[in-house]
Amino acid sequence: MLRAALSLLALPLAGAAEEPTQKPESPGEPPPGLELFRWQWHEVEAPYLVALWILVASLAKIVFHLSRKVTSLVPESCLLILLGLVLGGIVLAVAKKAEYQLEPGTFFLFLLPPIVLDSGYFMPSRLFFDNLGAILTYAVVGTLWNAFTTGAALWGLQQAGLVAPRVQAGLLDFLLFGSLISAVDPVAVLAVFEEVHVNETLFIIVFGESLLNDAVTVVLYKVCNSFVEMGSANVQATDYLKGVASLFVVSLGGAAVGLVFAFLLALTTRFTKRVRIIEPLLVFLLAYAAYLTAEMASLSAILAVTMCGLGCKKYVEANISHKSRTTVKYTMKTLASCAETVIFMLLGISAVDSSKWAWDSGLVLGTLIFILFFRALGVVLQTWVLNQFRLVPLDKIDQVVMSYGGLRGAVAFALVILLDRTKVPAKDYFVATTIVVVFFTVIVQGLTIKPLVKWLKVKRSEHHKPTLNQELHEHTFDHILAAVEDVVGHHGYHYWRDRWEQFDKKYLSQLLMRRSAYRIRDQIWDVYYRLNIRDAISFVDQGGHVLSSTGLTLPSMPSRNSVAETSVTNLLRESGSGACLDLQVIDTVRSGRDREDAVMHHLLCGGLYKPRRRYKASCSRHFISEDAQERQDKEVFQQNMKRRLESFKSTKHNICFTKSKPRPRKTGRRKKDGVANAEATNGKHRGLGFQDTAAVILTVESEEEEEESDSSETEKEDDEGIIFVARATSEVLQEGKVSGSLEVCPSPRIIPPSPTCAEKELPWKSGQGDLAVYVSSETTKIVPVDMQTGWNQSISSLESLASPPCNQAPILTCLPPHPRGTEEPQVPLHLPSDPRSSFAFPPSLAKAGRSRSESSADLPQQQELQPLMGHKDHTHLSPGTATSHWCIQFNRGSRL
Amino acid sequence: MGSRSSHAAVIPDGDSIRRETGFSQASLLRLHHRFRALDRNKKGYLSRMDLQQIGALAVNPLGDRIIESFFPDGSQRVDFPGFVRVLAHFRPVEDEDTETQDPKKPEPLNSRRNKLHCEFVRTCTNAFQLYDLDRDGKISRHEMLQVLRLMVGVQVTEEQLENIADRTVQEADEDGDGAVSFVEFTKSLEKMDVEQKMSIRILK
Repeated sequence: MLRAALSLLALPLAGAAEEPTQKPESPGEPPPGLELFRWQWHEVEAPYLVALWILVASLAKIVFHLSRKVTSLVPESCLLILLGLVLGGIVLAVAKKAEYQLEPGTFFLFLLPPIVLDSGYFMPSRLFFDNLGAILTYAVVGTLWNAFTTGAALWGLQQAGLVAPRVQAGLLDFLLFGSLISAVDPVAVLAVFEEVHVNETLFIIVFGESLLNDAVTVVLYKVCNSFVEMGSANVQATDYLKGVASLFVVSLGGAAVGLVFAFLLALTTRFTKRVRIIEPLLVFLLAYAAYLTAEMASLSAILAVTMCGLGCKKYVEANISHKSRTTVKYTMKTLASCAETVIFMLLGISAVDSSKWAWDSGLVLGTLIFILFFRALGVVLQTWVLNQFRLVPLDKIDQVVMSYGGLRGAVAFALVILLDRTKVPAKDYFVATTIVVVFFTVIVQGLTIKPLVKWLKVKRSEHHKPTLNQELHEHTFDHILAAVEDVVGHHGYHYWRDRWEQFDKKYLSQLLMRRSAYRIRDQIWDVYYRLNIRDAISFVDQGGHVLSSTGLTLPSMPSRNSVAETSVTNLLRESGSGACLDLQVIDTVRSGRDREDAVMHHLLCGGLYKPRRRYKASCSRHFISEDAQERQDKEVFQQNMKRRLESFKSTKHNICFTKSKPRPRKTGRRKKDGVANAEATNGKHRGLGFQDTAAVILTVESEEEEEESDSSETEKEDDEGIIFVARATSEVLQEGKVSGSLEVCPSPRIIPPSPTCAEKELPWKSGQGDLAVYVSSETTKIVPVDMQTGWNQSISSLESLASPPCNQAPILTCLPPHPRGTEEPQVPLHLPSDPRSSFAFPPSLAKAGRSRSESSADLPQQQELQPLMGHKDHTHLSPGTATSHWCIQFNRGSRL
Repeated sequence: MGSRSSHAAVIPDGDSIRRETGFSQASLLRLHHRFRALDRNKKGYLSRMDLQQIGALAVNPLGDRIIESFFPDGSQRVDFPGFVRVLAHFRPVEDEDTETQDPKKPEPLNSRRNKLHCEFVRTCTNAFQLYDLDRDGKISRHEMLQVLRLMVGVQVTEEQLENIADRTVQEADEDGDGAVSFVEFTKSLEKMDVEQKMSIRILK
């Protein structure tokens, strides 16, 4: 059907395609031998056209969103329908006949499932079940009411003579029409309401209704259709009963199919540990299988997919890997948005078909009025009943929005196209009326609902971050209410929910979740986990702000902060610890977090220098090779380490040099050099960097003890520097290992002798060395208070290790060429962590953090860390001494 | 339910209880029925044992605390008025100021907001008392830890639990005294749609 529908998209191509396609097909000719060039349009035609259409739709979407003003006023669905109209007009003009319409087969088999799956999978299940009563009422009673009243009223209109007699339809025909036109359409509702942002309860009621009413629509449509085909004379009483029974069969059967597949899906994903790569595929395959199965058994397919998505989510999310989760999310969103776009566009195109149009003003106007009127009436009546039972009644404003939000869409259109003209003589009139209704609801109501919501001051949805308190209190409330219901002896909603949760915990989760996932599955814990990671990030962010507020404002600060931030964020993200950093992305609401992430990403892309690539032959289809990002991290690390090793060596030699030189001259040069460098870096005390401190430490550890002492005697600053380094590190680490650290020669030990368990588990870490392990241990354990200490350390180390020169730092890029140029760019990298050191927590806390962190190769690691932690000494220095001091160090570090 | 009429006569001080708690006659009857069902030996009061025998309450992580809330000041028994008084905390508020509430007659927005506020404060009080074991008007870190121990179902170590408790207290603690006061507690609840979360419809 798609082939048929799209076969003429090639119109623009037709001219080009026409002639060459003839060639291979012309019979009778002897084969012309080997062809250099063959044009095989017909072999690729169908998929090619499909791809082209999707491309057109996507491009249209891009164009619409170029202007924020337009999209904020006009819903995308309206724009797409209008675009469809234009495209349809063009097609009509070129081909002289209407083509590429929305085919019911295509619609039901390919376009609808992704949208429904997406909405079912991402349905806020708690909210949905909290309002299940209302949703079901509106979906079942409301739809039945709409169908019968609209059909009957139209029939009455005809009897009154207001519909032209050429519309040959009896009561049954009108009921059939009423049944297909009465259903609120999930696609249209979703498209419009997603942009309106009404409060959650209102949204879930309207949207849930549109999803669940499918069963009713299908049943009504089928029953009426078969009645019409049988002829009203032959319909017997048992048929009516069967009709009622089929309502239950179709809806419950559909839901059951969905749940069965949800169960299968959850169970399957439990065993995919070794084949992570197919996890996303499984989700889509089984959900689609649920849809097709339900469709095959003529059950409610929409209900099946909704239930499948709703049911499996919890377990699937727990089972599949973090990357698979992201993949599922994005693929689902992409498919749904793609399908939605195509649907609306094809709807527009379908309207441009003069052969369909059999206009009858009475019918069209009558339908429009009745639809709006009965929807409103139905909503008011049902809400009145429901409010007798609801704790929080739906007020008038809610009712207005609900009535007005009853949009009709592609489902109605597809159903009306499916009618059999020989059985339903008035089909053409119905089609025309449906098109008008769909266009009216999507365009007029879609356009006006936003201003209406604003004008009525409907409570909007507010998105706030989850907090531990909220999560905890929510759970307590649930338990309290369940307990009170127990005491009262009334088995109400809370009671059953509590029961279900216990059942789920005891049996279902055990069966459907991986052991590892099941153990750590707790919502409070989850929130805690995420909060901590977010805090970690924001802490790094804040470090930047604090820094700039302390008066040490340097032009390069922000950029360097962001480097630190990105590298840490990146590391966290790569760590694969199962934490989703983007809290908000999970929800459908787009937030600033995404943008922030994107900005970070670009910054990282731009800021990281591209390391030499080593091409590895990695073409395993079953396992994802490590990311380019990870490889880059590794490369950056390795290069940094290499450089550091060199610098260590060279500083050693330097020391020998400097020692032999007369002091005064040295100071002079020092000053000059220092000034030059500092000036170059931006005229402030910017000479500090870990190389310098490292150099100082190295002077201590270097073999020439006597020279060392000599220098400390003669040079106060130098002496101070040494002392401070030692004290600062000891303070931070609380180990009294200062002397040890000074004795250890860091360079050979930078690559840890034995991989820690984290390294074994997380292969990417092996390249990062102990520091990365340090980070990971902190993040996975999540120690709230002392985490900050951990962060101080890890950040500083990360900075020095993994942050490459950032081309966004103007100073760095405009550094004058220096004898030891390779080291130069790194020199200032250490500054931003200084203020952070003032965050240092009480020793006991720091200690606690340490003891909790990875303890395998702890002590040596710490010692290795110390050169990197050299920035600590900065806090103890008054600015004045700092200047000269840095100069000295700089001199040493940079001298050749 | 045939015994309902006979119960009506049995409720001692039915009217005064009703006035005090605002329960309707029907709910009061229902509660009395329940009270008598829980009261095993027809002793006219409930002991802790009686409530502990409710099966579902035993699995409820907060079950013990709920039971405890029926026995203020360490008393061993609760009579029917006391029983009803505790449950009255979970009654939807609307009855008092909107005796004549009716969809036809919309109340002014103000009163509705007032009502919501009442409900909010009441909800907070209910919950707060559940946390605040020593009744000092503050949820200390220790108290938070105890609740968390009940609530967090997964296998976390004591240390991790302590961290969560620290974190939770820190999050809500605004004046930095290391404990969550009632005001701070209500603030942390403000973002939730609390008004519908602490009432049981059946207790009208």
